[in-house]
Amino acid sequence: MASTHSTNTYDSDNTVFSPQGRLHQVEYALEAVKQGSAAVGLRSKTHAILLALKRSTGELASYQQKMYRIDDHVGIAIAGLTSDARVLSNFMRQQAMSSRMVFNRPIPVNRLVSSIADKAQVNTQEYGRRPYGVGFLVIGQDNTGPHLYEFSPSGNSYEYYAMSIGARSQSAKTYLEKHFESFMDSTLEELIQHGLHALRETLQQDKDLTINNTSIGIIGPASAHEEDVSDGSFRILEGEPIDVFLKTMIPKDAPAGGDDDVQMAE
Amino acid sequence: MDHFPTSWGRPRNEAYDAFNTYPLHQRPNHSKDVFADGVQRTQQPIVTGTSVLALTYKDGIMMAADNLASYGSLARFKSIQRLHAVGNSTVLGASGDMSDYQYIQTLLDELVIDEFTANDKHDLGPAEIHEYLSRVLYSRRSKMNPLWNSLLVGGKKNGKRFLAYVDLLGTTYSASTIATGYGAHIAIPLLRKAIEGRENTLTEAEARSILTEAMRVLFYRDARSLDKFQIATVNDEGVSISETITLETAWGFAEGIRGYGAQTQ
Amino acid sequence: MPDGSFAHPQQRHFNPYTENGGTILAIAGADFSVIAGDTRQSEGYSIQTRYAPKVFRLTDRAVLAVNGFAADGNMFVKKVKQRLEWYRHAHAKDMPLRAIARLIQTMLYAQRFFPYYVYNILGGIEEDGKYHTSLPSYSTAFPPHPLSRVHWIKREWKCGPKVLVANTFRLLVQLGSGAVYSFDPVGSYEREACRAAGAAQSLVQPFLDNQIYFKNQTAPAGQSHPTHLPLQDVLSIVIDSFTSATERHIEVGDGLEMYVVLAKGRSPQGLESIAGIQEVTTKSDSDRVFVIRRELKKD
Repeated sequence: MASTHSTNTYDSDNTVFSPQGRLHQVEYALEAVKQGSAAVGLRSKTHAILLALKRSTGELASYQQKMYRIDDHVGIAIAGLTSDARVLSNFMRQQAMSSRMVFNRPIPVNRLVSSIADKAQVNTQEYGRRPYGVGFLVIGQDNTGPHLYEFSPSGNSYEYYAMSIGARSQSAKTYLEKHFESFMDSTLEELIQHGLHALRETLQQDKDLTINNTSIGIIGPASAHEEDVSDGSFRILEGEPIDVFLKTMIPKDAPAGGDDDVQMAE
Repeated sequence: MDHFPTSWGRPRNEAYDAFNTYPLHQRPNHSKDVFADGVQRTQQPIVTGTSVLALTYKDGIMMAADNLASYGSLARFKSIQRLHAVGNSTVLGASGDMSDYQYIQTLLDELVIDEFTANDKHDLGPAEIHEYLSRVLYSRRSKMNPLWNSLLVGGKKNGKRFLAYVDLLGTTYSASTIATGYGAHIAIPLLRKAIEGRENTLTEAEARSILTEAMRVLFYRDARSLDKFQIATVNDEGVSISETITLETAWGFAEGIRGYGAQTQ
Repeated sequence: MPDGSFAHPQQRHFNPYTENGGTILAIAGADFSVIAGDTRQSEGYSIQTRYAPKVFRLTDRAVLAVNGFAADGNMFVKKVKQRLEWYRHAHAKDMPLRAIARLIQTMLYAQRFFPYYVYNILGGIEEDGKYHTSLPSYSTAFPPHPLSRVHWIKREWKCGPKVLVANTFRLLVQLGSGAVYSFDPVGSYEREACRAAGAAQSLVQPFLDNQIYFKNQTAPAGQSHPTHLPLQDVLSIVIDSFTSATERHIEVGDGLEMYVVLAKGRSPQGLESIAGIQEVTTKSDSDRVFVIRRELKKD
């Protein structure tokens, strides 16, 4: 027996199934994703966006980076172990560059996501390895339009209209499930507003989204509040530039049934 | 460009063996140059194809190549095909070594199958195929183990026409009309005169007759050519490669020329 | 000499290089650079194409011209661009010009024993520009010019016994300086004011020596030659260089592509009137890159 304290005998090695047919190490890895601060992704006909909550370990510390640019047409938001994310995002950058080198074409987003999913799967099967402790939301555009994918350490990847990962992401998911049908025809501004509302759901009671703790990643034509966007390529907004978007949020405690639906009914 | 594939990738020397009297694989080498020292792999084309011609017209691109594969001065294989469809928007035309060309075909066929099995609506167009081939040919030349070909890649994807060249050195370029080998000398002046400035108005029938005429001139002038050839067309309908076309030629004039025909004197 | 017999070992060799003609040049001004090249690509006596670019924008402040063996040149540019992309990933900014110059040296020298058979000229804006003090007049100081690196310095401004303005600002604007780096195929490089390379180097460089460095020219008594020429003059010299090279060299012609890089804060005045000029800058608030295309004779 591995440990007398352990409630579980089948979790020390990821190549061993439990009698229930589960791989406990993989499930723990999924837990690591849930420890990370939340990230939200949404998609319309023209845009795909990411929103993420940055954590800081204290007053003296800076905020942890939550988004990475992979190529002009791909970006990711992460939840979980940042160090694992750096390994995987580096791999994604290499794949993207190699596609440009060999075929002079931006890598199709689905293939890029599959490539890291395949990598993650190997870590759930081979002896002596551990799964990645990080999940991604990947947005990208290619000649089949804008896309949003979720990648998880289990080696799964799925495409979504909207998705959230990380701590308390279920609350964001609930919001997204309630509103996603309107996303396809949304403008970028509306999409960001929905994203911020969803992300806000993951906050603790006394916290708020600020220009310091929020990152917005965008793919698609520029909004009126943006400068220097060429070809709708991936960009990350942080700090002052996101203030204008935060201001569009409808306060949660707004009167007259200040539900988020109010603005939809307008 | 030197029209003898044997001379490609070698220092130019117009003074030597000007009449190509040796069989291709036994041709005397050109003089050494500064890069002659060091490790080298033996390399020479054996069975070779001559010129490929291509042009852009109103609705796409068109390419022509004859059906001959030569063994030195011997017309060895007289019904081989040197035009190859890659996917459904690209055509590849090859001159130079035919075995290297067949190897390239297998590479591309694998690539197209991989792309097809991905089944995700992303397929490789002519620009991507050309980039890939230039990577392959350039990396082989960098290993001093070249694929001895001059290739033309043409096609049309998403409404955009594409026509470009790549050779055993990895040299690439794009133009509205291109020819390899002997065609670069004999056909290009004819093609440029007929095409330049008319790329967007030239009809398919006109393009076909311009190419046929150029192929006829080549058959008259290029001793490594054949009067049987094919034309590949890529337009919005996709790739089509014609059946073999036989050129009509008239050699009556030769009778009166000393050194040709039956001389009684 | 191989003779087809089996009596002794045979060796044939493959020459992995060729020359594809054309000419490039670059000239640095005080706060701009011009980098130009013709667009003909040839092999032997054949023109392969009338349009094959030899000049490439790398960043909003760096432009690279490549001449020699075209396959090596294109590959080299592609690799440099990918290295710059990795730099952007790591540092979230563009690589400075002098760093790109050193990078190019390193990449070229790495191939010392199988060189890229290309001559490189890198032009753009260096971050070592002079500080220009502009007058603290209200109009220039407020708001600060959007295209300038503005260094505010708090200054007492006393005028005799009266203190006209007790505290005002002295505006320091650092303009980037025009820079040109030239390389040999294995990475030896230096910063220069101008350089020509390629097929017509021997025709163009002496002309530049005379027109840019004022070689064999005597300044009027009591005067000296200017260290930098204005943009208009430089553009004229570039165009003249290429039309002349086209006349006298068979491998030069067809088209001319001129990139102009302006230091941030330098007004683009004089450029707007140029026919067919096109801006290819990606960011506002940075140095700016423009392309000018001209026809050259095609014979």
